[in-house]
Amino acid sequence: MRDKRMSLDDVVGELRSGMTIGLGGWGSRRKPMALVRAILRSDITDLTVVTYGGPDLGLLCSAGKVKKAYYGFVSLDSAPFYDPWFAKARTNGEIIAREMDEGMVKCGLEAAAARLPFLPIRAGLGSDVVEFWEGELKTVTSPYAGPDGTETLIAMPALELDASLVHLNIGDAHGNAAYTGVDPYFDDLYCMAAEKRYASVERIVETEELVKSVPLQSIILNRMMVDGVVEAPGGAHFTLAGDSYGRDEKFQRHYAESAKDPESWQKFVDRFLSGSEDDYQAAVQKFAAESKSGEKA
Amino acid sequence: MTTTETVTRAEYCAIACAEIFSGAGEIMASPMATLPQIGARLAKLTTEPDLLITDGEALILAEVPPLGGKAPIEGWMPFRKVFDVVASGRRHVVMGANQIDRHGNQNLSAFGPLQHPTRQMFGVRGAPGNTINHATSYWVGRHTTRVFTDKVDIVSGVGYDKVDPENPAYRFLNIPRVVTNLGVFDFGGPDHTFRAVSLHPGVEASTVAENTSFEVAGLDEAGVTREPTAEELRLIREVLDPKSLRDREVSL
Repeated sequence: MRDKRMSLDDVVGELRSGMTIGLGGWGSRRKPMALVRAILRSDITDLTVVTYGGPDLGLLCSAGKVKKAYYGFVSLDSAPFYDPWFAKARTNGEIIAREMDEGMVKCGLEAAAARLPFLPIRAGLGSDVVEFWEGELKTVTSPYAGPDGTETLIAMPALELDASLVHLNIGDAHGNAAYTGVDPYFDDLYCMAAEKRYASVERIVETEELVKSVPLQSIILNRMMVDGVVEAPGGAHFTLAGDSYGRDEKFQRHYAESAKDPESWQKFVDRFLSGSEDDYQAAVQKFAAESKSGEKA
Repeated sequence: MTTTETVTRAEYCAIACAEIFSGAGEIMASPMATLPQIGARLAKLTTEPDLLITDGEALILAEVPPLGGKAPIEGWMPFRKVFDVVASGRRHVVMGANQIDRHGNQNLSAFGPLQHPTRQMFGVRGAPGNTINHATSYWVGRHTTRVFTDKVDIVSGVGYDKVDPENPAYRFLNIPRVVTNLGVFDFGGPDHTFRAVSLHPGVEASTVAENTSFEVAGLDEAGVTREPTAEELRLIREVLDPKSLRDREVSL
């Protein structure tokens, strides 16, 4: 079986400017942050992003890499809740927003996964979602009349992706991978909806060890759903990652506060985003140690 | 016996939030803030034992914990399954709102133009799907004219005037209650307009009128929010919210 192991920068080397990219996870939960940081290191830009948004979308906005965004929400899941870089991009009118109901994201990915042009859904009717889509979102009328008449529903178009980036807890070199914790989120759907699929994992193990370490139901990715596997311990930082680790709330607050003015953001970039992933993880450890000793003082 | 004087505004809000779920039966209660959470748990401990409640993440709780507490679980409800519940209709959500208009349109997305907002919030979240599929109530901790406005900037939660009567896809829209720090409201006014059901003790009709941009139906006829029972007060103060987190969310 194919060995699909790659480096973070190898993955980004297969992406191109202008692509439509799906980012797994949810808000500030199990986001493929190491892969996002690798995109920040590259000159890839002009992206269309599909996501249940969190600081992944925020960081991409901070580097001006997002042209268009399809999302159900954008949240940091803890105070200050609203992502400051997404907010800046929106209030400056820098991105085209295709905002939609959360359930419509799932529906659009399911349509793409099944190679269907659309799926009907009730969510969206009567709301400004239709206005957000500026003519891209249509309705479909049922061929079957019900007792109360004929229903006209939103025809959610397939959210077809050029590439998907997801982060899971454990996987093998061939693309079998599992989550640990309470929620798979939608990472399998992102992989099913995409042409090129990349999963970073906390650790790569032999297949035998993978299937022994988790319940069968947790193995949400199989080999048909993955093109590249990256071993990236801490790869979801500063979002939470199921049983592996919780959210780094202090660091997330530091990220959000640093976005407030150009000087503090430049400092954040210099300290955390100007080197390799190893440099980032080392700087994060130092930050944690410093804030701990600061508390004691 | 507890007297009226000792009941706080937040405690009237708590029982008003519990009454949102009166008669709900065996459905999922999804409260999105502290007061509605106390309300849902209070309802489950008193008149609505069959309600399903979750930890707000992915676990269905078998017993009712205090705010921030843990409890034994009875099932699994990851986000993906929540969307199945939404589409099934077996849910009553209580959302917050940055704006609500006279017909129940709600905004928690952003202020200003859609593609160039002046202030960004969450985006529409699950509001369009909630409002079109199942009972949706609202909680507003600070009742002001900025919230209760003539026109919301972005319609995330669908109001009654958006319903197409020719299209049965809209038939599940239902906004039973709006509970605020000033009183209890519904959309039972003429043409499904915002109507006062009761004002909390000490709240004058003029205060509600001054803090609402549009005319409130039934404001002069509205009664007073009922007293909590001794059992409800005990559950609120001793079991569910001994740290009085409720007071932080209710403006006076």
